[in-house]
Amino acid sequence: MTGLLELHDVSLSFKGVRALNALSFSVAKGEICALIGPNGAGKSSLLNVINGVYRADAGDIVFDGLRFEAIHPQKAAHLGIGRTFQHNALFRRLSVRENVLAGLSRHGNASFFENIFRLGRDGAERQGFLARAERTMSFLGLDRHAGRIVSTLPYGLQKRVDLARALVAGPKLLLLDEPMAGMNQEEKEEMSRVIREVNRVFGSTVVLIEHDVGIVLNLASHVVVLDYGRKLADGAPDEVRKNPDVIAAYLGTVH
Amino acid sequence: MTTLQESAPTKPLRQPAFGVGTLAIVAGLIAAFAVPAIADDYWLSSIIIPTVIMGLAGIGLNLLMGYTGLVSIGSAAFMSIGAFSTYNLLLRAPFLPLPVVLIIAGLIAAIAGVIFGLPSLRIKGFYLGASTLGAQFLFEWLFTNFSWFSNDSQSLTISAPRLQILDYDLQSATGRYYLVIATTVLLIALAFAIVKSRVGREWMAIRDMDVAASVIGIRVARRKLLSFGISSFFLGIAGALWAFGYLGTADAHAFNLDKSFQILFIVIIGGVATIFGNFLGAAFIVLTPILLDRLSLIIDLSFLGDQGALANLQHIIFGTIIIVLLIKEPDGLSSLGRRGVEALRSRARSSN
Repeated sequence: MTGLLELHDVSLSFKGVRALNALSFSVAKGEICALIGPNGAGKSSLLNVINGVYRADAGDIVFDGLRFEAIHPQKAAHLGIGRTFQHNALFRRLSVRENVLAGLSRHGNASFFENIFRLGRDGAERQGFLARAERTMSFLGLDRHAGRIVSTLPYGLQKRVDLARALVAGPKLLLLDEPMAGMNQEEKEEMSRVIREVNRVFGSTVVLIEHDVGIVLNLASHVVVLDYGRKLADGAPDEVRKNPDVIAAYLGTVH
Repeated sequence: MTTLQESAPTKPLRQPAFGVGTLAIVAGLIAAFAVPAIADDYWLSSIIIPTVIMGLAGIGLNLLMGYTGLVSIGSAAFMSIGAFSTYNLLLRAPFLPLPVVLIIAGLIAAIAGVIFGLPSLRIKGFYLGASTLGAQFLFEWLFTNFSWFSNDSQSLTISAPRLQILDYDLQSATGRYYLVIATTVLLIALAFAIVKSRVGREWMAIRDMDVAASVIGIRVARRKLLSFGISSFFLGIAGALWAFGYLGTADAHAFNLDKSFQILFIVIIGGVATIFGNFLGAAFIVLTPILLDRLSLIIDLSFLGDQGALANLQHIIFGTIIIVLLIKEPDGLSSLGRRGVEALRSRARSSN
């Protein structure tokens, strides 16, 4: 089994507390994979290990054929791993457009002098960046808010800006940390639709964390259930739904 | 989601703003070059020149602190490096024209800035501020204990060799003013070019959320060091102008911790992440003590006894004004100005 992303026996602990315990699973190219599990199950930690914010104690990761034990977040970005955050980590004093443009930074190839004196490759870079940012913003319905400072936007729109910033760079793998947290049912369904579109139109493989099991089982084609840093179940939504361990630990008994 | 989309987006008034902006730039340049026709030597030498130079130093620190979010309380050290480098270059390489000397001096300060910026890759906030104190004390010590830097002068002072560009003598108040204002105008243009480029955007991204900046692929370490370098380049040139365009003769103590704090206040009072705000902050720092001096001459303060008590009273009043200002206007004087302009604009719009 080879996937776009493979984890082999990944472990992580914080001062003796095991956050991830010899975790292995594989994410196939093009799928939407959901991580579910109770608070403290290690879901966010797992995303942080994949894109290098945390360093695993043991195990290794294969992304797009490249094997590594630890990776620098910038390197992960340059390999094509995009990421959104559970708690908005936007550049709060910048406009929506500037936030999205910042997401393109890794594609900048003009040198410092070209950039500040507007020489050589700078013109093409500026235009190319703007065009990509505009396309992404209109895809996510953000074009009308492009000039707004992000900290003045309502929460739901900020979540979209976070997604736009990750998406604009054209990531091969998109890690979404609770993209629907704090949303009502209608907004969650809207966000699900957007994620499905992103997956279909941009071809990005998606790994997401979400607590709303109803939403997840509809959206994802692959579900991994975590509990106390261990993998409890791994498979298609229907299999996972029937798994007795999952029912006992997380979904609750179905009568 | 539909309700969210109905909230009015603020449309940037790009087309008209551009016309007005160009007009403002031209008017500002004309005004800047016409100043010596209106102001006498006292105003030029004692008020306008120091205000402009301190504003320029404020820009230097603001690029680092306001745009990149890195604190420094060693700004004056980089000014002293610029001043001592300029002195030695003019002395030891007399064939170099003054503009080239200023640029090289700025670059030397920039290298020092990058080196003292290295701790910023590991620490931030208050602790980084404390570590920049290292630069402050090291260079003050270096320039007072090694007389080579001041050409073995007994008093450890550096005086400008003749300031000239293409045989044009710049020793008069007017000449020094033109040297200062021309350098400053060019550096303001450079500062705007930087903050409006990808580099500026990446700095602000690091300032607002450095983990996210790293995760989207911004080369955080490289950008931080670049910010220290560019900030120190501006400060180095400001230091050279301070020593030779304003003071005439300087020693290392002209660039002590007091000066670093003044620059810090200029940034905070003028407004973080602004360019022109620094000149408002500088005007405040330069003018307030002069005004307090004048005021104490008018009011009879003989009951205070001696001059020392009077000076202390001035410090207390100065500090109080800063505190009140920061409570009433935490975003600095520039936001006060911006609100004024917006109010005028909306009035003009409603009258149309």
